[in-house]
Amino acid sequence: MASVTQNFMKLFRGSAGGAEAATPQVAQKLTRRSSGLAELSRVWEADTPLCVLDLGSTSASNIRFFTERSHKIYSEDLLVASTEPHLVTKDEQGTAILDSRRFLADNLVYPAAQFDVVLCWNLPDYLDESLVRPVMGRLWSVLKPGGMLLAFFHTKDAGPDSPCYRFHIVGKDTLEMQRIVLKRESRRGPTGAIHTAITDGFRLQRVFNNRHIETLFRDFASIKFFLARDNVREVLVVR
Amino acid sequence: MSAPLSADLAQIGKSVVIKGELSGSEDLYVDGHVEGSIALKNNSLTVGPNGSVKATVEAKGIVVQGKLEGNVMASDRVDLRKSAVVTGDISTQRISIEEGAYLKGKVDIQGKADKAAGK
Repeated sequence: MASVTQNFMKLFRGSAGGAEAATPQVAQKLTRRSSGLAELSRVWEADTPLCVLDLGSTSASNIRFFTERSHKIYSEDLLVASTEPHLVTKDEQGTAILDSRRFLADNLVYPAAQFDVVLCWNLPDYLDESLVRPVMGRLWSVLKPGGMLLAFFHTKDAGPDSPCYRFHIVGKDTLEMQRIVLKRESRRGPTGAIHTAITDGFRLQRVFNNRHIETLFRDFASIKFFLARDNVREVLVVR
Repeated sequence: MSAPLSADLAQIGKSVVIKGELSGSEDLYVDGHVEGSIALKNNSLTVGPNGSVKATVEAKGIVVQGKLEGNVMASDRVDLRKSAVVTGDISTQRISIEEGAYLKGKVDIQGKADKAAGK
């Protein structure tokens, strides 16, 4: 799978290879219906207090949504965390990559089986290739057995400039999507080169096909796909 | 941005570095660097845009415009402004987060009953 996804990356990476800076700014919101969220909402409408991990950009709406229902919410923006310059290292061939061990030493540091729900949103599509599998492995371990993870994947019709969104839960099956716009600053990218802002957000790194998605979540007990109209597949996996 | 002027507001300017335990009974505005712990049980802490706090914080109200690393306990409310970068767990009765603020940690909203029960 790695070679196929790397090919997609070559197509999509261009010169940016990631974000230019880590300070999102405000952008217009779009509304979207989410079947995966509707399925998950049955879990959090129950009386049992849940432990939820939100891996998207910090969202006041999501924090309010869960705390109003007496659930505990943890927020951790992994895309922004992946732009830390100290993560850049080189593999045996001298190619610049991100150090996944260091990344996991700084991020997703939780006891095993802590969470009932992980909201991954579109993280796998935008995360650097070297981090995708290690991050999914760590997410498996921090989920409780029977815990659920929601992730969104673009279809092959999506182009490399497909915008990266932050997701706000506004109803049991409704999301508001807000394009992440980053400050235009110079920053050293994963290749080691200094980039001045070329794009105004995170870039789509690859497109997974269904088989790749199944492989990515092969350690999980079950996987369910929901097709949407907007070139996005929603995936709900159960540990 | 300068700190609001008030007779009951102590200020730590942006060139000041403090390491240790800070406690008091007046509101505090930090635009410098503080490392250790801050306890202002009946008063408010504001971390200014240049402020950098690496401490456990206990206060009535906490407003963050700069960086704060450490667990935070507010008996009333926490405001994370758009330039806030917070790493740590937050326990409070009310929280507001502006778009653009960054938070890495848990948010625990405590009701008054929870506080009284010491949960």
